[in-house]
This record gives sequence, C-alpha cells and structure tokens, in this order.
Amino acid sequence: MNQGLILKVGLFSFNIQSSIRSLSHNVATLYQDYPDELSEDRTRFIDFHICVEPPNLWHKYYKGQVQFFSDGFAPFTPLPYQHAPAMIEWGMNWCVAQQMNTHLIIHAAVIEKNGFAAIMPAPPGSGKSTLTASLVQEGWRLLSDELTLIRIDNYHVSPFPRPISLKNKSISVIKQRYPGVVFGIESTDTSKGTVVHIRPPKLSIELQGVECLIAWVIFPKYEEGAETELTAKSKAQSLMDVADNSFNYSRLGALGFDVLKNVIEYADCYQFRYSQLDEAIDAFAALELPE
Amino acid sequence: MKKEFPLLLQLFSQKKPVEQLTESEWDLVIRQARAGMLLARLYHVLNTKKHLSVVPKLVMRHLESAKVHAEKQQNDLLWEVRHIAKVADKLDFPVLLLKGAAYAIGGYIASEGRIFSDIDLLVPKKNIADAEKQLMLNGWLSSNKDAYDQRYYRQWMHEIPPLVHMFRGSVIDLHHNILPITTSACPNADLFFESAQSMDKYKNIKILSSVDLIIHSAVHLFYDGELDHGCRDLVDLDALMREVLGQKQTNVNPLSTRAEELGLQRAVFYAIRYTSKVLNTPVMFIGGTMNTGRPNKFILCLMDFLFLRALMPDHASCNDLWTSWARWLLYIRSHWLRMPMHLLIPHLLRKSWIRFTGKTAH
Repeated sequence: MNQGLILKVGLFSFNIQSSIRSLSHNVATLYQDYPDELSEDRTRFIDFHICVEPPNLWHKYYKGQVQFFSDGFAPFTPLPYQHAPAMIEWGMNWCVAQQMNTHLIIHAAVIEKNGFAAIMPAPPGSGKSTLTASLVQEGWRLLSDELTLIRIDNYHVSPFPRPISLKNKSISVIKQRYPGVVFGIESTDTSKGTVVHIRPPKLSIELQGVECLIAWVIFPKYEEGAETELTAKSKAQSLMDVADNSFNYSRLGALGFDVLKNVIEYADCYQFRYSQLDEAIDAFAALELPE
Repeated sequence: MKKEFPLLLQLFSQKKPVEQLTESEWDLVIRQARAGMLLARLYHVLNTKKHLSVVPKLVMRHLESAKVHAEKQQNDLLWEVRHIAKVADKLDFPVLLLKGAAYAIGGYIASEGRIFSDIDLLVPKKNIADAEKQLMLNGWLSSNKDAYDQRYYRQWMHEIPPLVHMFRGSVIDLHHNILPITTSACPNADLFFESAQSMDKYKNIKILSSVDLIIHSAVHLFYDGELDHGCRDLVDLDALMREVLGQKQTNVNPLSTRAEELGLQRAVFYAIRYTSKVLNTPVMFIGGTMNTGRPNKFILCLMDFLFLRALMPDHASCNDLWTSWARWLLYIRSHWLRMPMHLLIPHLLRKSWIRFTGKTAH
C-alpha cells in the first residue's frame, strides 16, 4: 500500500498521500529539492498527515471533486479535480496556521538578505507574491511566501519555505522575467482565478533551518502607473496592521502582543508603493541594515 | 470483548507508561488526541503527573500549541460568563451554568485543557421567557427562524433554539431541564435548583452540585445521540468522578443515591461501567452497587458493543468495521428514547424531507 511521501518543510514534517496523478506530479516537480529521508524511515514522529482525495464515489464520479483531509478531518469544502494541486498547498498552510501556537503566525511573505529578514504582510491583490518571486531571484533568500512564523521565545523567524503561488497576470510576468523558474500545474477557475506555484530556489531549502531576526516590516502595494515610493510608517499603526494579518495573534493573548511589540520595536516599518519591478528590486537592495 | 483500547486512552488510564512510548507511538497518540479534541487535555494530564519532561521535543510543540488554544477558549468563556452574570443580576430567579462552563467557574479539574463550545444555561421552566427576553436585550438573539424548529424546540425539547450573540458570536443553549420533556426518564428539574452551588464571584449565577454535574454529564453522553465529542465527554466524566467521589470513601454512594432521587439510574450505570472499563476510573472502590440501573443481559451486551466503539476518539486508527454503524444506531436510539413514536415518526419524516429537498435544490 502507498504510505505517502514524507517531506521536511522548515520545522515541520508532512506525510502527503494522494491517488491523484496531477497532484503527485506537481508535488514531485515543486518539492524535488526538499529532504525526504523520512519517507524511508517510518518510525519517526510526523507533524501532519495530509491527503487530497475524492471524499466519496458521488464526488469522484458525478461531481468530479476532491477534498483536502488533515488526518481525516476536512477543513474545506470539496473543489473540482483540477484545483487539487492548489488545494494541497492551501491545506499545508491551514495545518500550520490553525494548529501551531509555538510561533506568532503572520499572513506575510518573508525574505532574508545579509542575515536579516524583511516581512511583507499584505492582503491578496497587493502584489506580494509577484514581488517575492522576483526578489528571491535577485539575491534574497525565501523564508516563506505565505506564512511568517515568529518564534515566541526569541522573536526569530523560522523559515517555512514553500512554492510561491502566483495568480493570473503575474504568472506571465514572472515567466518572461525569469525563464529559468520551474512552474507547477496551473489550477484554473479557482476562487482566486488561475493559480500556479513555482519551485523555490534550492538554496532557500538548503538553508531552511537557519533562522533570523526581522529588520524590516514592509507593507507592499502594487498600483498601476505608480511611482516607486518607500515611506516610513508609524510603529503603532504597523503593529495594528501586522496584528490584523495574523492568524493566531488573539489566540496567543498577551504573549502575542509582547512578541509583536518586540518585533516592531526592532524593525524599520515602511509603506511601499510600486508599479515597476526593477525599481522595486532596487529599493529593496537599498534598505539599510540595522547597526 | 477483549480488545486493546486506543493508545491515547491507555495513557489516560495509565495502562501504558508514558516513558515507554516510541516516536511512532507518539505520532499515533497525538493524532488520536487531536481527533478526540483531547490534545490540550493530554497536556494537562501529563503536566499533573509530572510527565512532560519525557515528551519528545517535536511532540511537545503540538501539546503546547493545543494548551495555548485551550487557554484562549477558557478566557473567552469566562468573559462571556461575566456578561451572562450581568444579565442574571437583573433576573429574580436562579441561573445555573451547566457542563463546560460550570466546570470552569467551579474550578473543576475537568475544565483543564477542555475545549468549550456552547454555553449551557438552566433556568426554571416558568421563567424561560423572561430569561430569553433579558438575554435578547443584551445581544443574544435566536438564530433559528424556521417556524417548525421553533415549535419543535419549545413544545417538546428541554431547551429553546440556540441564542447567538449578535457581535461576539457566542452561543447560549437555554435549558429548563436536562432531558426533553417527552423522555420517560425526564427528571424533576426543581431538584437541581434546590441543591445548586452558589459561586463566590457571582451574585445570581450558580452551578449544579458536584454530584449533579456527574449525572448531567452521564445523561448527556448516554441519551444524546451526537457522539462527535463522545470520547471527550467520557474523559470529562472520568475526571469529575475521580475528583468528586475519589476522596469520599463512605459506604453511602452519593452518586447512586442521587441517581435514584432523580430517576436516572440507567445513565449513571453506563457512566460507571464505561469510565471504569475504558479509563480505569476507580468507581467500584467508591462503593454503591453496580446493579442499580443495570439493563438486562441482552441489552447490556448490545450497549457494550455499541458504546465501546462509539466512545473512542473519532480517528481512523480507532475504528473498526462497526464503528460508524454503532454511532448511527446510537443516534437512532437517542431519538427513540427522547420522543414517543407518534411524535418521532412525523418529526423524522419531516427532517428527511427537508434534507432531501434541500439537497436537490442545490
């Protein structure tokens, strides 16, 4: 019997099972550089046991739908077969964001350069993923595209590098700029439009055990035709806005506030508007290192 | 039936020593605990027994995360209770908290690491309209707009449809008894108010007496067909019994005596039987005959078959071929116990019709 593939992603191990061809093909493409030794050793503790399968024969043959299961529990409603590759990515995020409280978890991209991290909390549509996908091709290390995990004991970011999700127009933008980037299978007509994931740079995965402090908190906003503009943002407002983008800020209670306060006190906070990726990359390269 | 209980329950009953768990056994324990909503509870049990030091680091992350979640829930619950207390102050009759909320404000061990859902209140039947009105004025509105459901609840059940707070989303189940009035075993609710415990912190909020808390927990578990939290509820019962009855080594068994007063011997019998079987609860030692409320041999055999399956954590590793049948049959049984035939059949027909048409409409 197929026991599933066990991957080590950042701090966590995932046992992934699925009989869906497109999904296993996609996982093989996107996750080829991740450590998978645990697949050979079935005696170890695994953090998350996940699968994507049709929930029953009705959904399989009549509705053509599949569902994400976290060890038998289905947090989402079933979706069409062709969304399976995207669904497993959303499911893996769900596992960590909903179940782990050893970190303050922010819905934000996080990248590193010279030993310091920049986090980019932003709602969907702000161009966060396009910017991240470009920056990690320009010398930044990918720590995560979706979930920033901040340790509650020392405020370091624990990397959780995953395939970066691109949507709609940004797919062709990245394809043209970086022809070497490996794309997974497109999921069309999802609630977010067309979604595709790209393979993270190998170095980001090799360094997935290396944590770092946050030097910059940057709220990006893509606006067509806008001048590139990096402006300081007040710490109080930044704290509130990061908290708004957190999955477990209120679950952590006073501790959540404490962690965030320390992060914001140390980091420089900015609002960032851009329309040209080249200028955005330059602006990030010019960020000042903390003393 | 001689089978091993799931590893998680063997830890709770101390049949399996924690130090002996291998990494892959921990994997299974965490999965069973998560499915049974008992992860934070496990943290507390291990902590109380000073066993946290032997938990592997990787496993500890999950236990600690669950503990944080449970603490948040407990905090939220106490916040809601403060609001309910304000409502209660305006009422001239007692308001009793039941189940989880009662364990929490009464400081019972059963509340440690417990996952809470709705808040259950008990008020005298004649005052239910007043209580509902005051709750409504303070933001808790009836969520159910269906006329049939409203009538079904108000006429036959022991509670009114759930009240949901318009801003905070908290849910209150307002009861006037612990079983539907159509159940033959429906107890006299006055007895609960007579022996209720006052709370220092709250003026007009009380909780059931310790023994009644056990009995209500038993009634809920063994009469209510929704066994999704069955394992959690059994663990509640175990904790309550150990705490409340554990110290009193008298000849008089307060549990059996009270069960007889309320006419709820059967539920208490099952509670004692399955907690001691599954979790090794030392109830034999507590005294009292095991025979009050004992059903005949055939029924008992059947109930063992059903409950020893349905009360396991809802996880693939705890299921056998019969588990889902057992849960389904117990669901049917609960309806059978709660309503006489001439009410039950039209009700179930209507429910299935709604479900059927609802499905085709999509």
